[in-house]
Amino acid sequence: MSSDGVPIEILLVEDNPGDARLTREALRDARVRNNLHVAADGVEALAFLRRQGKHAAVAKPDLILLDLNLPKKDGREVLEEIKGDDQLRHIPVVILTTSQAERDIIESYRLRANAYVTKPVDLEQFLKVVQSIEHFWLEIVKLSRI
Amino acid sequence: MRSAATAAPIEVLLVEDNADDAALTIRALEQGKVRNRVRLAVTGVEALAILRREGEHLGASRPDLILLDLDLPAKDGREVLAEIKADDELRDIPVVVVTGSQASVDVVQAYRLHAKAYVTKPIDAKAFLEAVNSIERFWLQVVRLP
Repeated sequence: MSSDGVPIEILLVEDNPGDARLTREALRDARVRNNLHVAADGVEALAFLRRQGKHAAVAKPDLILLDLNLPKKDGREVLEEIKGDDQLRHIPVVILTTSQAERDIIESYRLRANAYVTKPVDLEQFLKVVQSIEHFWLEIVKLSRI
Repeated sequence: MRSAATAAPIEVLLVEDNADDAALTIRALEQGKVRNRVRLAVTGVEALAILRREGEHLGASRPDLILLDLDLPAKDGREVLAEIKADDELRDIPVVVVTGSQASVDVVQAYRLHAKAYVTKPIDAKAFLEAVNSIERFWLQVVRLP
């Protein structure tokens, strides 16, 4: 559990502003201090992770929440690049997507996603899902902070 | 979110040599919302024999999720994890490490060996139950397993 006082840095890769706002609100109530960064497309997510351009000074995320259907560069490609990069592969990636397609689930795990979560359409269910992500990944899991 | 009505129970392989921890974990999972069947292995050798359906384990069902302790007799959890992830038939099964070890070398190594998550066992029974409940909520209720 993270009791060392350093906030957990989360990168949310999500192009839907409504979902991003809801996720932010759910995480704001979390017991564990966290900073949420939002990237709205796949190119921006990788630039953030590699601290390129305007992202030169950003914190390295401890956890990535990744949508699959993204503009510019697809979430599947982003996942593959993260898990193929020695500097990034230890960061847990939780897929958070509306896709229920079996092939997306199988491909995501094949590309080493840490977990695959489908976004419920219902607001209350969506908040429950984010809270369960928050509780497990922020309070229970020991993240690899290197 | 997965409901209790989902037909097939989720098969969990718990690899744990501490009888008290195993009993607590099994009880907490039994009380969860999602129907599940826990198979217990008390050594690393037994875990791999169950996974490979060797000898007396010929009829064992394939687990949907593995909860793996690291410090085990007759083959260490670290070796078990490496063997699972090097085996084409087994590598897709998500492994969550649940261990007493807080050593960051173990944390980093487990993620490098593609453990999906690393959980340190709280010593306090109430906190231990909370951790298992959080695993149940996230991995059994929320996650779409491969």
